[in-house]
Amino acid sequence: MRYTINGKPVQAEVDVRMSLLDLLRDHLQLTGTKKGCDQGACGACTVLVDGDRINSCLALAVQYQGREITTIEGVGSPADLHRLQAAFVEHDGFQCGYCTPGQICSAIGIAAELKRGVPSALTEDLLIEEIDLSQDEIRERMSGNLCRCGAYNGIVDAVHQTFARKTTNIFAKDAAE
Amino acid sequence: MIEFRYEKANDVASAIRMFASGDRAHYLGGGTNLVDLMRENIERPETVIDVTGLSQTIEARESGGILIGAAVKNTALAANLGVRKRFPVLARAILAGASGQIRNMATVGGNILQRTRCYYFYDEAARCNKRDPGAGCDAIGGFNRIHAILGASPACVATHPSDMCVALAALDATVHLEGANGARSIKLTDLHRLPGERPDVETELAPGELITAVELPSLPCAANSTYRKVRDRASYAFALVSVAAALEVGENGAIKDVRLALGGVAHKPWRATVAEQELHGAPASEETFRRGAEAELKDAIGLADNAFKIELAKRVIVDTLQKLTMAPGTGL
Repeated sequence: MRYTINGKPVQAEVDVRMSLLDLLRDHLQLTGTKKGCDQGACGACTVLVDGDRINSCLALAVQYQGREITTIEGVGSPADLHRLQAAFVEHDGFQCGYCTPGQICSAIGIAAELKRGVPSALTEDLLIEEIDLSQDEIRERMSGNLCRCGAYNGIVDAVHQTFARKTTNIFAKDAAE
Repeated sequence: MIEFRYEKANDVASAIRMFASGDRAHYLGGGTNLVDLMRENIERPETVIDVTGLSQTIEARESGGILIGAAVKNTALAANLGVRKRFPVLARAILAGASGQIRNMATVGGNILQRTRCYYFYDEAARCNKRDPGAGCDAIGGFNRIHAILGASPACVATHPSDMCVALAALDATVHLEGANGARSIKLTDLHRLPGERPDVETELAPGELITAVELPSLPCAANSTYRKVRDRASYAFALVSVAAALEVGENGAIKDVRLALGGVAHKPWRATVAEQELHGAPASEETFRRGAEAELKDAIGLADNAFKIELAKRVIVDTLQKLTMAPGTGL
């Protein structure tokens, strides 16, 4: 089976029962992606497939052959943080950090969904052209990512600072200063 | 999870052929429910046929209706501009369900055929007539907050968990099927069964029959429609009660057209035909809405933990129709 993972071609022969999550962690040593509940409830395993966020624990690896997969290892590195990762550090968007790779990948997926105009359950007007990424919108869109440490306020601030339009970004640090 | 053979179908005909020639075959969509069930050994297919490569197109029909390929992802359907404009209840229902990640994986066909989230169905140590016909039901005397109040039977009180299907039921959707004996269509409201004595038989699908598309007819009143979902947390939870409603009020203040369906209350998406009859032609008022809700829930039966849902369903019906009367359109 062939994949493109974090921009690199990868070949792996795995059991058809294996999840994409186990392929990443156990066969490719990409252990940044985490296993939480292993049943789609917590979002710790969130990765991007062709830019869309999915739960890799519910994904059979065999179904995703030929696809372009981005994990947290492909988002940034300690020496070169993605601006969302830097914002998580700035806003204390974590304590233990276990859910963080999933939170980051999920938020990057949300930014792409916003660009395409995908509404959420909270979007007031379904026909609005540009959705304002309010704190409530972030909470709704991120509801598939649990944080048992309860770092939600920091997470929401980090996502807001990174992806909300600057004109309405009244919560971001740079706007407040 | 037991071992299985994986096959990917590139078209409907080959999917049906693969099903016929495979042992204990099962179609696979996004896997958000089936993979979990296989891991828990509740589903034990020996051949898994991936049908995510089938139609992912959403086609606006000249009639004003819309044809939705079975492999369309939930997110894509909710984001479709035609759906948002002409069938807002469908976009809202999908967006009220699951999480962003799951909506990106889940297909329309798979959403329709997902299994109940009854805890006892998932627990191999519990008795469940759906999993093991004749075994009994541990939900009836157990924890049954999320269970049915309408159309249940002594054999099963499970609910159908889909939000999308509640909207499809309200919108008179037709489901297109194809199987070894050819193609046919069935109303979404006729596809799922009430539990009766055979809760293990959940749909009218013949073995190997595949959902190929869902079609919505033109429905002018759907431009003023919405979905209201009540659950135990603000997001990412299954419905305790949900209401899909579309309403058209005439200039004289009387109800010209109305579509109403309930979720979280029955073994199938519950089209509220009794309430609709009560509402048709009556003045669009809170009193009318309450009368319709009372009529629909007349035969509801509450269990130890879920009797509150009877009054809750009535109130959500009234509130949703009030919203559509006071603030019509595609807004929340």
